[in-house]
This record gives sequence, structure tokens and C-alpha cells, in this order.
Amino acid sequence: MQFASKHLSRRRFVHCLGAAATFSLLPGCAKRETLVEVGDRDLVLHLGNGTEPQDIDPGVVTGVQEYHIMMSLLEGLVSEDPVDLHPVPGVAERWDVSPDRRVYTFHLRDNAKWSNGEPVTARDFLETYQRNLTPSLGYEYSYMHFVVKNAEAYNTGKLTDFNQCGYKVIDDRTLEVTLDNPTPYFLSLLLHHSWYPVHMPTLRKYGDPYQRGNRWTRPGRYVGNGSFVLAKWRVNDVIEVRKSPTYWDRERVKLNAIRFYPIESDDTEERAFRAGQLHITYTLPPSKIEYYKTNNAAVLQIFPFLTTYFYRVNVTKPPVNDKRVRKALAMAIDRESIVKDIVKGGEIPAFNLTPPGTAGYTCRAQLREDIAAAKQLLAEAGYPDGKGMPPVEILYNTLESHRTIAEAIQEMWKTKLGVDARLVNEEWKVYLDSQRSLNYQVCRAGWTGDYDDPNTFLDLWTTGSGNNETGWSNPEYDQLIVQAAATVDPQQRLEVFQKAEALLMDEMPIIPIYFYTRIYLQRPEVKGWYSNILDNHPYKYMSLEAPK
Amino acid sequence: MLRFILKRILEAIPVLFIVATITFFLLHRMPGGPFDTERPMTPEVKKQVEAYYGLDKPVAQQYFNYMKRLVLHGDLGMSQKYFGWSVNELLAGSLPVSLELGLEGLLFALFFGLLAGIIASLRKNTASDYVPMSIATLGICIPNFVTGPLLILVFAIYFGQFNASGWNFPRDRILPAMTLGLYYMAYISRLTRGGMLEILNQDFIRTARAKGASERRIVWKHSLRGGLLSVVSFLGPAVSGIVTGSLVVELIFDIPGAARFFVGAAFNRDGPMLMGTTLVYAVLVVVMNLLADVVQIWMNPRLRFEE
Repeated sequence: MQFASKHLSRRRFVHCLGAAATFSLLPGCAKRETLVEVGDRDLVLHLGNGTEPQDIDPGVVTGVQEYHIMMSLLEGLVSEDPVDLHPVPGVAERWDVSPDRRVYTFHLRDNAKWSNGEPVTARDFLETYQRNLTPSLGYEYSYMHFVVKNAEAYNTGKLTDFNQCGYKVIDDRTLEVTLDNPTPYFLSLLLHHSWYPVHMPTLRKYGDPYQRGNRWTRPGRYVGNGSFVLAKWRVNDVIEVRKSPTYWDRERVKLNAIRFYPIESDDTEERAFRAGQLHITYTLPPSKIEYYKTNNAAVLQIFPFLTTYFYRVNVTKPPVNDKRVRKALAMAIDRESIVKDIVKGGEIPAFNLTPPGTAGYTCRAQLREDIAAAKQLLAEAGYPDGKGMPPVEILYNTLESHRTIAEAIQEMWKTKLGVDARLVNEEWKVYLDSQRSLNYQVCRAGWTGDYDDPNTFLDLWTTGSGNNETGWSNPEYDQLIVQAAATVDPQQRLEVFQKAEALLMDEMPIIPIYFYTRIYLQRPEVKGWYSNILDNHPYKYMSLEAPK
Repeated sequence: MLRFILKRILEAIPVLFIVATITFFLLHRMPGGPFDTERPMTPEVKKQVEAYYGLDKPVAQQYFNYMKRLVLHGDLGMSQKYFGWSVNELLAGSLPVSLELGLEGLLFALFFGLLAGIIASLRKNTASDYVPMSIATLGICIPNFVTGPLLILVFAIYFGQFNASGWNFPRDRILPAMTLGLYYMAYISRLTRGGMLEILNQDFIRTARAKGASERRIVWKHSLRGGLLSVVSFLGPAVSGIVTGSLVVELIFDIPGAARFFVGAAFNRDGPMLMGTTLVYAVLVVVMNLLADVVQIWMNPRLRFEE
């Protein structure tokens, strides 16, 4: 057909364009296939992963986002059960423990391979551990190795001969590790990425393995031994890993690929979930919890997590240098109301520090919320009804949720005890600096367990611990933590921790507030992902089964 | 003209030098460092790491070393937050994304802003004037952290035609470019309308009409050049604003651009990254302003005489 005139043809053309543009946006027209629908078909998991990883070298990073990615790329001597995280054979197919529980002998499986096809040997582990402990690397998690004989001495430079440390290669497939103390949680410790092996020849190829800034962790260079291999890394965009063809247990791996998205804004992430771009989010904006509870409970996941929200108290500053004042302040906080009316994510009020059920340990010494007793203590300290007491300063890092909690506590102290509190917020790094230099009175804090054992919460408060930051020091407490490490009988050991935590709760250099929960969204087709207190999810057990 | 450009480039050098110097020393006055983390390093470990990055030296020497590497090799140093990456690498990957987003936002703003402004000026005080100008006023008032999520809710979640975030497919560009460009589009349309109205009321336009020139000729040939002068002078700051102000849009749409590094570097105390992004953005602002000046001189004969 010929157009009647040039003028008309152009007009028609414009009309057609306009119509096409309009129709493409109409609700009537078919929706596009979303990323998760494509992923369900191709077995590609789309995962929200918080922030951009600092690196994916297990010898330099500390964050959980990095850990989530490295879990797919590397495998340690032992691996974790997906349901309750108990240690199961990893690269080591079995291990022997000496009668005094100080010497572990790991027997490596002969089909464990690096992604370049080379076998994973005992020497690989030894060299990695030496690297992790080398002072020049400045590895923040080197202390995870300090249960091993002489590891701490080597890390601090007191010992220069690594052969004197408790790691020994018996042969290619046998590694012996000697500990200072019988450490009942040792196998759980091995799940941590500070115990993952790295392929040292690759590190040497792309830089100095004993310094930061090595560039071996790029796609095409990364050699790992995990169930997936690194395929793509676009900074601030995506990290993609694909099923490894060399992994010893590859038959079990069902997913073909995982895409980790560093979506920093939780609102953006939630919208991406709704638009069908993510199977699982990293988190959920607190304001959306109620909405999902009533409208889409099937995708909402809330479960306990090995993290405590608490306030540090600087015991060197009056008036909180008096333990009666500290206890009074702690007793006057209505935790139930903070959990129910402010944070609202199913959190549990905390009356002690260690989350209940950590490796079978639940603290018996519980703080009481008792206004009368609190007033009594305050009067004994010389401040009846708060009279004469200088205002207490609460420091927190700038964040809406910390502010609302601090305001609530300020109000509780004022109305219940007559104590004035001032709120001070500081930007993250300034806040860390103030905390470190004890330039605060009371400050907001949180701690996530590194492994499933009360020790990860209780050894913080020993004298000289870098994480103490309260100025509190108690020889009896230090002694109890040392004693727990040396106790062989597991039940007796937990009893020692009971004593230690009771002492901590009596001295109150910290005020527990609540135990965190992990809150995120998860699509129903994701199988083999179980909630657990460390929030670790081994990917080799996962699959995607879209509803028919 | 060439002399003018050369002069401006020479003037830019001390500006950049001063920006670099002030930023460097401000950075060193900030409390907290890149390696202060929630789980503190032991003092021995921290010393080792700081020595690796040269942070153990006196500040003056650090400054000298930094400037030397920068001037001689264009080396912005290793990031202290993203361990395996140099700042040059990270910016080389992310800056093009920010620039592309900025360019697309600008094109969107220019195209629709000019269109709406011209139509409104030709049909003054009719619906074709009131409707786009009211929308423009809204566009200026509503911040992009509201328009972005709104566009996502409607077009990505309700109609399912776009991704809610990401930067992987061509259509991922549309919503962010609109969000970023909306404010500038609104501004441009109002400036265009005002400028055009002023010209259309002039005697020479009446003369042109009287001798029977077509409406198209009057708009394109006689009015546009003069009518758009105010738009062009607005373009300098607009381009800088669009390129450097894309942070919110980059966060809302999770776009892997450089603005996230710019802000993140300050929070992380990532010195080299903070210096790098500050310098790059300073260069961008200088270049964009220069370009806008050049275009303005080219369009406005009066300025040429002043030169």
C-alpha cells in the first residue's frame, strides 16, 4: 500500500509509534518473564547479598557478605550440615582425635581438587594457615587460629619459626593439628573462612601472598576448591559463580549458578524482590515487616540469630563506675516494650549476654527488671530518686533504629528512676573511635558469634581483649575463661561459663537489651535453605523447584 | 576562542591542585581510619597494615608521595576498602556508568524540556501551556527519592515491564534516566518557555510574521537561538549536577556507578578513593563549565565581542 502523501505517512508513523509506546505500558499486555522465572528454569539462584564485598580472599576479609560468597568457592577440612550446621566431612573425609583431645589428625580425600584440576593437599592447608598468621598480612581473624599451639606467638612476631606451630603435614593427604587446650568447639571453628585453604601458587602469581592488595581474586584467576567457581565479578553490580566441574561432590550440586547482588538499600532490594529479580533478600526494611506479616507471610522469614544487642558501659567514668548505678540503669529498661513497640521483628528480650541455646548453653543468671530494687540501688549509690546524679550520655552510631531505642531508654530512665540521659550520635568511624578510646559513658553495641559456642561471647570481656572496650577488668573472670578453655568435660566446661556470665551480669559492664533475629524474604521454590543461628547456608544442598 | 579555552584550562590546574591539597589534609583531620572496624585489629597487626599503605609516615610525606604518584603516573593508589583493587580500576569501571546515566538523563531532560517549553510558549495561556507547566512545577518540587520508587512501583512492579533495579539490559536505563532527568527537564521547560516568550514578543518576530514567514520558520530560524540562551547558561551547572548528583538515583536503582564510591569513601575513610573521586568530579565540573561557556559564546554574539 502506498501512502497518499509524505505528510500523512509521517503523521501515521508518529501515531503508530505513540500507540506502540502506550500499549507496551498497558496492564493488559503480557508481563515479561522475570529473572527468577528464568532462574527457576535454568537453576540459577538470585541472591541479595547486602554490600559490595571488600574482597573474596579468605585471608583478608571479615564480613558476612564476603563469607556468603566464599562459602560457594572454597571448602575447608570440614563442612557444615545445612540444617543444624554440625560439622560434616569436607576436604577431610575423616579425622582422629587423640585421647587428651589436643591432637586432631585429618585424612584428606583423594578426589578433592582445585578448580584448575590439581589435587588439594595437606601442604595447601599448611601454607594457607601460615599465610593467615603472617604478621605482615594483618589478618583480623588470625585469632580464630589461636587455639592452635604457638599460633598466637607466630602471629604477634614472638616466634619466627612456623615449624614450631601446631600444624604438621604427615603426608600429602594427612594433616595434624595440635591444640593448646582440648577445645570442644574446634570442629565448629573449622567452618570459619579463616580455615579455608587458598591456592598459594595462584597468589604468588598475582602479587605478594603475604600482603594485602593481591589481585588473584578476579574471574579467570581465582582458583578455589568449593562447589562453585567464580565466573563474573562486576563491582557494585553482581558476582556470579557457576557449578564447579572439578568439585569432588559435584553430583550433589543441583544449582547451575548463583548470582550475588550487592544491593545496599534495603528498600531497593525489597522492590527487586517484588519485581521478581531475587529469590532471597539479604534483609527487609523494618517498616515492611508488618505488611508482610499480614499480606504475604509465606515469603517472610524470621528466626533467631547468634547476635546480641547491648549497651557497653564505661566503668572508668562516674557515675557509671559504680556497679549499683549500672545495675539500676539495666533494671529500669523495659525490654518487652522495646522489642514489641520499636524493633518489631520477633526479637527476644535479653536478660543476659549469650543467646539462649548457644551450643547447648543457656545462662541461668538472669537480670531482673525491678523498679523498686533499681531505686533502692540508686539510693545506696547516693542518688535517691536520681537526685544529684549527673546526666548519663548514651552514644550510638547514626542510625534511625538506634536513635529510637536510645530515646525509649532515655524516657524509661527519666520516668522510672529520675535519671537524665543525653543522646549523642556519631558517624560510624567516629563512634568506633570514641568506643575504642573509652570516650563515652554508655554506648550502643552488638556482637555476632563467630562460632556456635558461648566462648565467642564471653572471652570478649577478659582483660586486654581488643573487644572489651568498657575498661572493665576482673581477675576472677579472666581466670574462669582460662579455666573453661582447659576443661575437658563438656558439661563441666559449660558450668564454668555459667559462673563467668553470672559474674559478668553482677558487675554489669554491659547491659543486654535483646537478641537479634534474621529477617528476610524467600521465595517458596527455594529448597534446601534452612534457617539456623549462624545464618550459613551451604549452597551445594540447595535447589529450585518452581510450582507447576 | 582557542586562547580563551587554553586560558581556562591553565586556570583549572591550580584549582585542582588546591582541591587535592585541601581534601588530603581534611581527610587526615577526620577521626577514625580505614582499618578501624567493629572487631579491632591488635596494635601489632594494625601497624603492619598501615605500614603497607604508607600510613605510618608523617602526613607531609604521605602528601608528597601521593602527589608525586598522581602527577607522574596518574596513579590514584590502592583502595583501602576494596583490598584487591586500585582506585584507577574501580573508577574506570564505574565512571562510564555514571556518565552514561548522566548523559541519558540529560538527553531526556533536554528533549522533553525543550519540547514542552516551546509548545507552551506558542500556545500561551491554553491547556497546552498550563498542563506541562504545572507538571514542570511538580517536577521541580518532588525529590527524586520519591519519583524513583514511584516509577518503579508503577512500571516495574505493577505493570512488570521493567526491572526494579540493576544495569544489565538496555531497558534498565529508562527509569533511572527519567528519575534523574525529571528535575532538569522541568527546569529546562520553564526556562525555554520564558526565553521563547521574550523573543516571540520582539519586533523582528512581528516583522517576520508580517512578511508571511511560516510558523515553523519563525520558531526554528528566528526564535530558538535567542530563546534558548538562558537554557544554555543553565546547562553548565545542570550537567555537573546531573553527573555528580546521581547518587540517590544510583542507590534507588542499584546502579554500579561512581557516585556510590564518592560517598562511601568518606564513610569508610578510604583515603585514596576519596581523593580519587573528589579529583575526578572536580575535573568533570571544570570541564562541563568550560563546555557550557564555549557553547554560550558560540550562541551569543554579544559575548564574543567581550572576549
